[in-house]
Amino acid sequence: MMQIEFILNGRKVSAAIEADDSLYSVLRALGMYSVKCGCETTNCGLCTVHMDGKAVLSCSVPAARCEGHEITTLEGMQEEAARLGACLAGEGAEQCGFCAPGLMMNVFQLARENPHATDAQIDAFLAGNLCRCSGYVSQRRAIRRYLSMMEVQG
Amino acid sequence: MAKYRNYVMAKTIEEAYALNQKKSSVIVAGNMWLRMCGLKKQTAIDLSLLGLDKIEETEDAFVIGSMTTLRALETDSALDQAFGGVFARALAPIVGTQFRATATVGGSVYSRFGFSDVSALLLALDAEVILFKRGAVKLTRYQQEPWDRDIITHIRIAKGQRAAVESVRVSGTDIPVLVCAAARSEAGIRLVLGARPARAIVAADGVDGAQMETFEHIAGRTAFGDNLRASAAYRRRIAPVLMERAYTACREE
Ligand SMILES: Cc1cc2nc3c(=O)[nH]c(=O)nc-3n(C[C@H](O)[C@H](O)[C@H](O)COP(=O)(O)OP(=O)(O)OC[C@H]3O[C@@H](n4cnc5c(N)ncnc54)[C@H](O)[C@@H]3O)c2cc1C
Ligand code: FES
Ligand code: FES
Repeated sequence: MMQIEFILNGRKVSAAIEADDSLYSVLRALGMYSVKCGCETTNCGLCTVHMDGKAVLSCSVPAARCEGHEITTLEGMQEEAARLGACLAGEGAEQCGFCAPGLMMNVFQLARENPHATDAQIDAFLAGNLCRCSGYVSQRRAIRRYLSMMEVQG
Repeated sequence: MAKYRNYVMAKTIEEAYALNQKKSSVIVAGNMWLRMCGLKKQTAIDLSLLGLDKIEETEDAFVIGSMTTLRALETDSALDQAFGGVFARALAPIVGTQFRATATVGGSVYSRFGFSDVSALLLALDAEVILFKRGAVKLTRYQQEPWDRDIITHIRIAKGQRAAVESVRVSGTDIPVLVCAAARSEAGIRLVLGARPARAIVAADGVDGAQMETFEHIAGRTAFGDNLRASAAYRRRIAPVLMERAYTACREE
């Protein structure tokens, strides 16, 4: 067992971990249930969280590496989640909703890096977020709507 | 999933190297591949505190730390300018942005995956692998060697080259069925074939004034194999087309 401390959604937390634990398993143990595991093979994007402001796949980040780092999950971005969630719902882009937390975390990253993304850039940026329900077209519409809403709000 | 007893955040490269001399140890870089390997090791050695994640530009080369992520390679403006955006084009098909924000160039080069887009591009660019103990080794040589216990600290790429990469995938974000990378330097155009599915190789060097027959001839003498994604015959059939596209693109750049 090892003890690590890191900043989770703005609050310092500590956790007892095994040497081979992933960040994903630690976050779940800390009650961050927005973070889902779909594949455990780095392919689906469901486990996306932000580490020091960058979207990463928590299923593959060694927990021990998180000592002293800032981790943000959807629980820490509730206002943003409500805005983007409304766009997804409004465009019929959510069915089972399982992919939504990981997708949202990566859309927030896209909004930071490329707020005026074209459709092709949206598709390319989110290629690592699989959805087995929506067919992606409605997701793209929702993301476009969200990005223009953010632009209007400045 | 990989199992470790101890996880060491190495404080110096010397410490990492010393720990890695035991067979029961393993280096952890991006951890994207490693975690899926089902390895059982006594000690995992994490390189992320060693400052090996920088891209440095010298007068005649780029010296890239082994912990540099694929996403950093893809988005670095100096690399983009120097190599005409080839890193972004070559690496964008690899899984997804979050994946590339963690997978590293060192992990890619060390692993020598047959399917690696990264190795194919770096081979075309005639990159050098800088190892902590052994020093600089040409990637053309390193790529053919067995895995060892040295640590890659940097990758060095000479400036003044133009490169292009073409790949075919069964579906987007999957590993490639075939990759062709081409780079133009003063010595002519070098053509690399990867995902054959064996390790990438330099299929031809110093090519100039090539026509489709040249690429067909190169494909004819290159070894291809079958795997779940495609047959050797299919790879041999599409190889000349990819070579012609990559060759033309880097000649025109
Ligand atoms: C699902 C999946 C899909 C992929 N698809 C593609 C693709 O389409 N195209 C492509 O090019 N690549 C692909 N890859 C490979 C990927 O790009 C990386 O090459 C791979 O993840 C290894 O990099 P890493 O940083 O994760 O290394 P790790 O998984 O941490 O390590 C891999 C190996 O390298 C060793 N190692 C790491 N760094 C060093 C170092 N500095 N010195 C010595 N040894 C070291 C480790 O001990 C380990 O044996 C894929 C990988 C996965 C998991
Ligand atoms: S669970 Fe992490 S990418 Fe699928
Ligand atoms: S809405 Fe069901 S997986 Fe995306």
